Amino acid sequence: MIILTYLLYLLAAVLFILGLKLLSSPKTAQRGNMFGAMGMLLAVVVTLADQRILDFTYILAGLLFGGLIGVVMAKKVEMTSMPQMVGLLNGFGGGASALVAYSEYVRLGEGVSLASLDVMVTLVLSLLIGSLTLLGSLIASAKLHGMMRSAPILYPMQKQINALILLGILVLGGFFIADPGLWYFPIIIVALSVVLGVTSVIPIGGADMPVVISLMNSYSGLAGAMTGFVLSNNVLIIAGTLVGTSGLILTNIMCKAMNRSLANVLFAGVGADYKKEDQVKEERRVVRYTPEDAAFILESAQSVIIVPGYGLAVAQAQHVLQELARILTERGANVRYAIHPVAGRMPGHMNVLLAEANVPYDLLVEMDQINDDFQNTDVALIIGANDVVNPAARTKKESPLYGMPILNVDYARTIMVVKRSMSAGFAGEGNELFYDKKTMMVFGDAKAVVTNLVGLLKG
Amino acid sequence: MSETLLVSIYIFVLATFVGIEVISKVPPLLHTPLMSGSNAISGITLVGSLIAAGEGHGGLSVILGTIAVVMATVNVVGGFLVTDRMLGMFKKDTKGKKELNAS
Repeated sequence: MIILTYLLYLLAAVLFILGLKLLSSPKTAQRGNMFGAMGMLLAVVVTLADQRILDFTYILAGLLFGGLIGVVMAKKVEMTSMPQMVGLLNGFGGGASALVAYSEYVRLGEGVSLASLDVMVTLVLSLLIGSLTLLGSLIASAKLHGMMRSAPILYPMQKQINALILLGILVLGGFFIADPGLWYFPIIIVALSVVLGVTSVIPIGGADMPVVISLMNSYSGLAGAMTGFVLSNNVLIIAGTLVGTSGLILTNIMCKAMNRSLANVLFAGVGADYKKEDQVKEERRVVRYTPEDAAFILESAQSVIIVPGYGLAVAQAQHVLQELARILTERGANVRYAIHPVAGRMPGHMNVLLAEANVPYDLLVEMDQINDDFQNTDVALIIGANDVVNPAARTKKESPLYGMPILNVDYARTIMVVKRSMSAGFAGEGNELFYDKKTMMVFGDAKAVVTNLVGLLKG
Repeated sequence: MSETLLVSIYIFVLATFVGIEVISKVPPLLHTPLMSGSNAISGITLVGSLIAAGEGHGGLSVILGTIAVVMATVNVVGGFLVTDRMLGMFKKDTKGKKELNAS
């Protein structure tokens, strides 16, 4: 029986790996996700057959209640709110891991002094990472959801205090490992980790939350893996580790796309000081164009690259934008979308937002693939994006954007920018692009302007 | 160091390499579904919480276990379903049929 259980757990782990592997192509991705779900179902069923389980009442209640919440969340959530949703789920996963680790300690009870060193070490790590993930994710989600001020909250000695809390946790953990009988130590460790979860995320600005969410994704996996060590359960270790690496890879990609180090994102409090000098700068004039002018240019364009930013989604203009793209395509133009890695509020977010608006995914092109094409493009149409097309990233050494890879929209023959106002992007850096001779600024709400364009081009 | 721990460390290290290998092949196009889907997989901690909630020892262990079951189930069910919903939106450009897909 035990051997069968382990073999079936192994099968579940294989399904997880195959499922992630199938995510490498949009054609097979949905099947891959199904594989993952099947692996999970298998693991749960195998576990329920475990002889150690004597009472199913609480289990069923928990499964039904949790399942119901999960279904409602998954059905109701708006695609724009996906980062918060993933954040919350990360937090729950991390919290569950910490709880399991702790209840294992409670279960060991009297026998705890016999618990081996490795169980104790991983128990402490699981408590630490799990609780930190729970609270950190809740704060990140609250910031993304606008329930909390998204600007960094800074106070003196912040880093030092956080370091001190972490040190405190580790020291307490050390004592606890040495004497597992100190039953109140885990509670203090959890309490401190919860505090650290809050204090380590509040100094991070809203624009950097995608990195935090990715990092929390990694932590939730790691917490699972640590709990796997505590329970000597290999499927937990495998699944947790896979998720841990996945989150880490995504974190790394996001940092690279912003040309920032992880340390800089976590500790620098970027976004706190919107540079005042920019606001008192000389008033330069940009040339304003009307949607009629824009439609006239688009009418004769052979090739158009659309650069969508999060502002597009805020204005709910994805659907009408795709309508515009369709009309232009029918007129014989080659229309594609250029997706910057940090477009949206989490890795790959913009792709989901456009897919929801029925944009075929083969028209969504990554930055590296499309950047050389701008020079042969008639119109680069920028909607709701700012920092990712700011040439200051190439040239202006003192800019916070300097070194960030950007979309080469300024190489296109005409640059069309649809924007509400002249305000700076998240980074607080003014955009030289708007003053370019090739640039047509069309001011207004993205949805209104694009709807207008659609009407003009149809007629 | 016990043998079990040693085996676990082996698995941990090898799984890291498998993870890096598999995840780096996922295109940026699918990074959001990757996050939500892998997130659901990390809900595997459900397995541990089931045992904690069902052992019938009563008291604290069961209460904590049950809370853990709820949290992990939200994670698993919510994660897989929302990933499925998202992936269902990704469609290829099939020229003429495109309009049919438009809801």
